[in-house]
Amino acid sequence: MMKRSTLDLWVGVFVAIGFGALLFLSLKVANLTSLDASDVYKVKARFDNIGGLKVRAPVKSAGVVVGRISDIRFMTDTYEAEVVMSIDTRYPFPRDTSAKILTSGLLGDQYVGLQAGGDTVNLKTGETLKLTQSAIVLESLIGQFLYSKAAEGPEKSEKK
Amino acid sequence: MPDQNAVEIADLSFAYDETREVLSGINLVIPRGKVVAIMGGSGCGKTTLLRLIGGALRATKGAVRVFGQDVSRLNADELFDMRRRMSMLFQFGALFTDMSTFDNVAFQMREHTKLPEPLIRDLVLMKLHAVGLRGAEGLMPSELSGGMARRVALARAIALDPELMMYDEPFAGLDPISLGVIGQLIRTLNDALGATSIVVTHDVQESLKIVDYIYFVSEGRIIAEGTAADVKASKAPFVHQFVWGEADGPVPFHYPAAEYGSALLDVRPR
Amino acid sequence: MTRVLALVTDLGSRVTAMIWRAGFAARFFWATLRHSGTAFRRFHLTVRELYFAGVLSLIIIVVSGLFVGMVLGLQGYDTLARYGSSESLGVLVALSLVRELGPVVAALLFASRAGSAITAEIGLMKATEQLDAMEMMAVDPVARVVAPRFWGGVLSMPLLAALFSAMGIFGGYLVGVVLIGVDVGQFWSQMQAAVDFREDVVNGVIKSVVFGIAVTGIAVFEGYDAPPTAEGVSRATTRTVVTSSLAVLALDFVLTAFMFRGI
Repeated sequence: MMKRSTLDLWVGVFVAIGFGALLFLSLKVANLTSLDASDVYKVKARFDNIGGLKVRAPVKSAGVVVGRISDIRFMTDTYEAEVVMSIDTRYPFPRDTSAKILTSGLLGDQYVGLQAGGDTVNLKTGETLKLTQSAIVLESLIGQFLYSKAAEGPEKSEKK
Repeated sequence: MPDQNAVEIADLSFAYDETREVLSGINLVIPRGKVVAIMGGSGCGKTTLLRLIGGALRATKGAVRVFGQDVSRLNADELFDMRRRMSMLFQFGALFTDMSTFDNVAFQMREHTKLPEPLIRDLVLMKLHAVGLRGAEGLMPSELSGGMARRVALARAIALDPELMMYDEPFAGLDPISLGVIGQLIRTLNDALGATSIVVTHDVQESLKIVDYIYFVSEGRIIAEGTAADVKASKAPFVHQFVWGEADGPVPFHYPAAEYGSALLDVRPR
Repeated sequence: MTRVLALVTDLGSRVTAMIWRAGFAARFFWATLRHSGTAFRRFHLTVRELYFAGVLSLIIIVVSGLFVGMVLGLQGYDTLARYGSSESLGVLVALSLVRELGPVVAALLFASRAGSAITAEIGLMKATEQLDAMEMMAVDPVARVVAPRFWGGVLSMPLLAALFSAMGIFGGYLVGVVLIGVDVGQFWSQMQAAVDFREDVVNGVIKSVVFGIAVTGIAVFEGYDAPPTAEGVSRATTRTVVTSSLAVLALDFVLTAFMFRGI
């Protein structure tokens, strides 16, 4: 039966390295940033189609993560989707900023890309972005392609 | 109102399940301040009796009264209070193997009292001194011999000066010197503490030296009782066979079997 | 015909016995929780069990984690390289460990090392009448012996799982980056992009806590319920390892279905 003090020491070491491992996993392995804390301002945007956008998806501008999607709602008056974004207060955006739903990679997760406009006045908390572009839905894209190919076909045969 | 009797058992019956009744119609009385032995062969229900007195088991019929209270009617708190007044020495000591001798004896003091450590230390040393093992306080139970372990368990049992001491086969498996030591300790501690002791055993010679009264149990019933002198002089067949260790008597030597002659001459292949 | 009848009766009585036992186990678990006050008020009791369950399992957890991570690195690279995605090795190693292998394998190892030790210890205390002695001394053995061991196990489990995952990622790094030559920047940056704190790390921790409750709960119950003989204790120890391993794997499926269904 070892002395109580030695035992306590070993348990302390164990708990310390256990928490160290958890910290390592949270910070170095995952991407726990301070964005989850305060220092964000909320901005809204409406889209016809948000595609596969999910809550907590990143909001990027020029490829850099500036915020996260905090809420996605459906507006029954206009039948549009309203997306609420929490943007880091370090990054103010002008009022005429546009939001696009983009895909990372070819078939990856979707996120919101912000393109800053030229307005001198910045967005304030709770304001809505005026310019938005919905997500590209693969089926529509293929449909468009097929349609344009079909239209091209008879034209070609006409030219002959 | 102090009772004359520490324990009163009236018409007690107990069975573990429906098949076999371990005790039937037991009546016995343990007066205060006395050392009483309960003797009988193995499996006759002696240990069950101790557990019933301690409240670990509940009687199927009849009543067990300890210090005037019916043990089976106590709720959890009352039972715990009752158990603080009694103490049991288990057959092979039942010391806590993960703590030292000192910690074993100090166990009850630390659990039930708020005594400061220096005082506990003195008390533990006193108890160990009473059983002659003060020098062994730092040893672990695995380092003790059987006799020593039993003495430490005894020191642990008297830690809070109980009013009722119960001993489950205290003499089992000991060498002659240890036998004498334990027997003496049972008697002297009982008288010194002013307590009452119940000794369950089948060691006749040692117990006859120290006890005031004896009950004989066989097959769940009390078949004889008396003082040490009565028992030694008894002509009752079971008592006589038990006390003098005779091979054959009311408890038969032969396990029931077919007739010897025909069994030997039986040439039928198995 | 009677043979069949006997078999059916036997099956029926066995199932009934199992249900009785499960009910008893549930009541025992509830009693352990109710009597946990002592385990926290006299925290040194629990600390002692943290040592025996957690600290003494460190070596097997750390070494196993390292090896599992290294194997993941090897196998992962082999498969990913075929599709030209070998830079995603970090993602593969990290997600496999943090979501699944960390909690599950650590729980299985914990069950065999610490779970069996707890069962054997409690069973032995029962066989040598130490628990009876405690009861006769008006000390509740569930509060004094069982509850500290239960909480010691539950508190150790998430720490051990995290250590397993961390060591595994390090092992994957050793094999992937140092040995094979995957780009160190890609390894870590892709991993950081893919592993989400809430979805992956927190869910992994929740899993390990649930596994800890299951494994330690089964271990203390089997020990307490063991027949007080040498054979009884050894059978109880085996049952602990088997039952808790199965429970961990079954719970893993249930939890994974709930947690990762949305993704």
